[in-house]
Amino acid sequence: MNSGPALVSILRQGSTLIASIHTALDDSELVRFRTDLVGQIGEHRCRGVIIDVAALDVIDSFAALTLRTIAEMARLRGARTVIVGIQPEVAFTMVRLGMGTGGIPTALDLEEGLALLTGGADGDRRRS
Amino acid sequence: MTQTTSGQHLLSELVAHLREHRTKLREEWAERIQQAHLLTAMTPQEMAAETTSVYDNYVEVLETGSVEALQHYARDLSERIIPRGVETHEVVGIVLLLRDVLARSLFEKYQRDFGLLNQVLDAYEPAANRIANTVAVSFVDERERVIRQQQDAIRELSTPVLPVRERLLILPIIGVLDSDRAKQLTEQLLAGIRRHRARVVVIDITGAPDVDEAVANHLVQTVDASRLMGASVIITGLSPKIAQTLVTIGVDLSKMNTIGDLQGGLEEAERLLGYAVTKKEDATLS
Repeated sequence: MNSGPALVSILRQGSTLIASIHTALDDSELVRFRTDLVGQIGEHRCRGVIIDVAALDVIDSFAALTLRTIAEMARLRGARTVIVGIQPEVAFTMVRLGMGTGGIPTALDLEEGLALLTGGADGDRRRS
Repeated sequence: MTQTTSGQHLLSELVAHLREHRTKLREEWAERIQQAHLLTAMTPQEMAAETTSVYDNYVEVLETGSVEALQHYARDLSERIIPRGVETHEVVGIVLLLRDVLARSLFEKYQRDFGLLNQVLDAYEPAANRIANTVAVSFVDERERVIRQQQDAIRELSTPVLPVRERLLILPIIGVLDSDRAKQLTEQLLAGIRRHRARVVVIDITGAPDVDEAVANHLVQTVDASRLMGASVIITGLSPKIAQTLVTIGVDLSKMNTIGDLQGGLEEAERLLGYAVTKKEDATLS
């Protein structure tokens, strides 16, 4: 384990896991984040995962891929994933470079993300 | 030396001739303009006034050889007539007509002495061509200035992002959408989504005459980026032409939510947000 401030925090709120990424992660940190997060889904028997990326001003292709795989792995373990807090510049850069979030739903911020997960029908409609 | 002196002498002689027959030649010229269906945007009175002043300027330039006054006049004239839809070919046309009318009158005057006629034309033609050139260039310059001014105006027109209801933004696009403006639009839209916490955005492109491939792709990217920020985008007012462009260039439109007009777009947006708009029975328009 490395010392210093936490790079990510994973909190449980009801049946939802809230994972906040506080700073840019390198590839190995991303992999560890993925392992931790997917592991905790099982531990807490979660139905929803929110990944908050508001602190990131860069999301590279590996990070985008990791987010997609987390969502897919979470789905296989019975939880829906929402990515929240993508910054405007980040959003446009991701689209420009052709690395969207695949089919993962996104929301403006944590509050919206929670609303999306709890009001499932609304969320499904919004994605269409 | 003698050549130049005699040239100048001839030129002053021909200027005198043109001054002497001013009314007749001007009328002939005006008639020729009418026959050629030029300057149809002008009333007869304006025609008379403009042809007179163009004629006088023309003769003066022939005499002095100074094109500066003419340049100034041509620019001034262009400024007045461009807003009325006078075309370049009309302006060039009338100047060339005047040149021809005057040349004919010179032929008539000197027809008995062919050698002299040659010399007169030697003096006349370069000056006349220079005038035609100057007028045409001034006119085109002025036109370009107007075009540049209009382009600046269009660029300066901001792309407003307007909140209509809580969490609903509209973004009306009026005018030509070039890459610069498309970029500006994206920035403002994404910033607006964050500022207003928008969940639905209606982009209305009724006022956009056309889009090219780059802009179309940019638009699609903007829609995708908005989705990443948690907002759904509804595009309204796609003209048949733009629709055809989008389909022809093969932009992936499967994820685009499009609705015919702004009204329909707003209704759909309200539906997405769960608003129901009802009309009050006792509503009056007083």
